[in-house]
Order: sequence, then C-alpha cells, then structure tokens
Amino acid sequence: MRFAAGAEVRVKRDFPELHGPCHIRTPHYLRGRPGRVERPLGSFPNPEDLAFGRPAARVPLYHVRFDQPALFNEGQSGDTLLVEIFEHWLEEA
Amino acid sequence: MAAPPRAESLVLLERFVTALKAKGVVTEAEIETQITRTDRASPEIGARMVARAWTDPAYRALLLSNGSAAAEAEGVSMAGMPPLGVLEDTETLHHLVVCTLCSCYPRAVLGYPPHWYKSAAYRARAVRDPRGVLAEWGTVLPAGMEVRVVDSTADYRWMVLPRRPAGTEGWDAQRLAAIVTRDHLVGVALPRTP
Amino acid sequence: MTEPDAPPPATHDLGGALRFRCTPVEPDEAPPDAFGKRVDALRQLLGQKGLMTVDEMRRCIEAIPEAEYHALGYYERWLRAISALMVEKGVLAAEDLGP
Repeated sequence: MRFAAGAEVRVKRDFPELHGPCHIRTPHYLRGRPGRVERPLGSFPNPEDLAFGRPAARVPLYHVRFDQPALFNEGQSGDTLLVEIFEHWLEEA
Repeated sequence: MAAPPRAESLVLLERFVTALKAKGVVTEAEIETQITRTDRASPEIGARMVARAWTDPAYRALLLSNGSAAAEAEGVSMAGMPPLGVLEDTETLHHLVVCTLCSCYPRAVLGYPPHWYKSAAYRARAVRDPRGVLAEWGTVLPAGMEVRVVDSTADYRWMVLPRRPAGTEGWDAQRLAAIVTRDHLVGVALPRTP
Repeated sequence: MTEPDAPPPATHDLGGALRFRCTPVEPDEAPPDAFGKRVDALRQLLGQKGLMTVDEMRRCIEAIPEAEYHALGYYERWLRAISALMVEKGVLAAEDLGP
C-alpha cells in the first residue's frame, strides 16, 4: 500500500480510451485532479482486467477526497467529493 | 418515467432465456427463486439499521466500521455481496451518494435502485450541482453544512447514516425506523418528524 | 479544464455531463417491471454460476453506441450486454438470439 490517510495525491491525467477498448472505473472528470487520501479501503481485483476475463491482480483501493467546486468551476465553496480510486491511478501530488 | 421495454427487447429476452434453458444453464425455477430473493430486500432494512444505530451506540460503532457485519447482524446475508460502507452525517457534514459510471447501489440493504438513481440527469448532475439536485427534493441544508458527494466507482456500496431528527427523544427503534426512507439513505433528503 | 489531448468522456461516464446540466431528475420510485426483474435475476444467476463478472457486463454496456445507450431502458441495456456476453464467451451461439 503506497498511500496513507492524509496523503496528497493526484489522479493520473491518462486517457486509455484513446488506445482501444478498455473498462475504467476512474471517472473522466477526475483525471489530473489533486485530492487527499481519506482512507485506504483494502485491495480488490483490478476491474480493468476482470472486464476482459483476464487474470486480475488485487490492487489497493483508496477513498480520495476532492474539492468539489474546483472540478467544474461550479458549486458551493467548502463542498467536497469522495471517490474510490485504485492505486495505479494515483500519483504523489 | 421509465419507459416499458420495446417489443424487440421482449423477443430478445424470450430467445435468451429459451437458449439458456436449452443449454442447461438456468431453469425457470432458478429464475423465479432469484426474483423472490431479490424482492425481499427493501429500504426497510436500511431504515432498521439506521434506527438501531440511533438507539444503540455499540451497533452504531459496528455500522460505521463494518457495514457488512452490521447488515448481517440485522439478518441480511452478505455472502457474495459487495462490501457495505456507511457514511455518517454530522452537524456540519451531509453525504449524497451517486454512481456516475453506472448504478452501483447498496442493494442488499435498500433493494432495487429507483429509476431516478440510474437516470442520466442524476448521474450527471449530482457531482456538478449537488445543491441544485438536493433542492429538487426540497432539501435545503443549514448554512455552514458541507455537502460531500460520494461517487460510487468501485467495489464498495455506500449508504448514508443520517442524523436523528430533533423531536424523537424517547422513541424506540421501531418507531424511528418508520420515519427513515430510501431518500434519506441515499442522501437526497433528511429525516423529519412527521 | 479539459486540455486539447483529452478525448470526450465515454457515453456511460456521465459525471458532470453538460448535456444533462438542466435536466430535472424525475422522482420515479416504481420498482422494476416483470421484464426488468427477469433480466436482473438472469444477471445475478449468470454471475453466481461463474459465467460472467459484473465488470464484463459493464464493459458490454459501455460498448453500446451512444444513441442506443440513452434510448434503451436500463434493463434493456443489461439484456443487450449479458446476451452479447454469453455469445462472446461461447455459452450461446449468435443464432440462438435471433436471425
């Protein structure tokens, strides 16, 4: 497990959609966005492999908190968003 | 409103089931048993869990630390179900659950997701304009309360533990459960005394 | 803040989609109809029997072209996905599902 609660992270600004069929559980609107690890949620088989019937290694999953108004330049200051993100989609901010 | 299925979908379902039965993959009895089993889950289960948490501190602690175990303690079989996470509302924090990518929903304790939860409008807007969505339910939060949108993207299923409303002092768990609805457990509305 | 090399979000990836920015959420509470319940039961049974994962089903739902994705009902999408998946996996033949 690479990140602990409180770690400053960034969702990778990556778009596998550009390179052929894929199944991704990281929403488009969060790619490249900074957040903070709320807490680790355990490890789960990688859905990107499960979706194609491939052997799927377990990957750590984190609850990551984001500043909500910053995502769309809309909303009320202080509001937040909490999303499950797999470790391979996170980098240190 | 959810539109009824088109004729071609009814035909496809018929062919699909016929073929699965012919190959020995499923039987009609299995389908019927599965429907009966699925019909058994409803928001009344989640409401019961919330009411128990409001009246029993040890259960509240279990609910927040291990939602699946708390569901099991209410007689729900969680074998083979995704883990249940429970989000605690406080005086300064309100949770709103959505699944922007599909329709992840804590079915074991809330039953079938309602049509609106699966709609494009809800999925698109809850993360962008959460307070606008809440306003459509007539939910206006007190000043200073943070909205935390929970986009359910992976292996957990999330349920909200709302705050116990004022004016319910002395109520037992059964009476409390009766005022908790699906909307409160998803976070689009707040429980109130009738 | 979408930079030039970001493709538009996939059809199912709806978080923040401007297209629905002004669409009210219809408060429809009705349970699924008989068609929906049957499709839902099949989805669960095929999963329990180890013939597919929910992730495979999602991948097949995501492959539905955009116009159809929004035109089809929820359980119609599921049926399309799981029936296509059973053909893909060789459990059924394409002819089993129609001419």
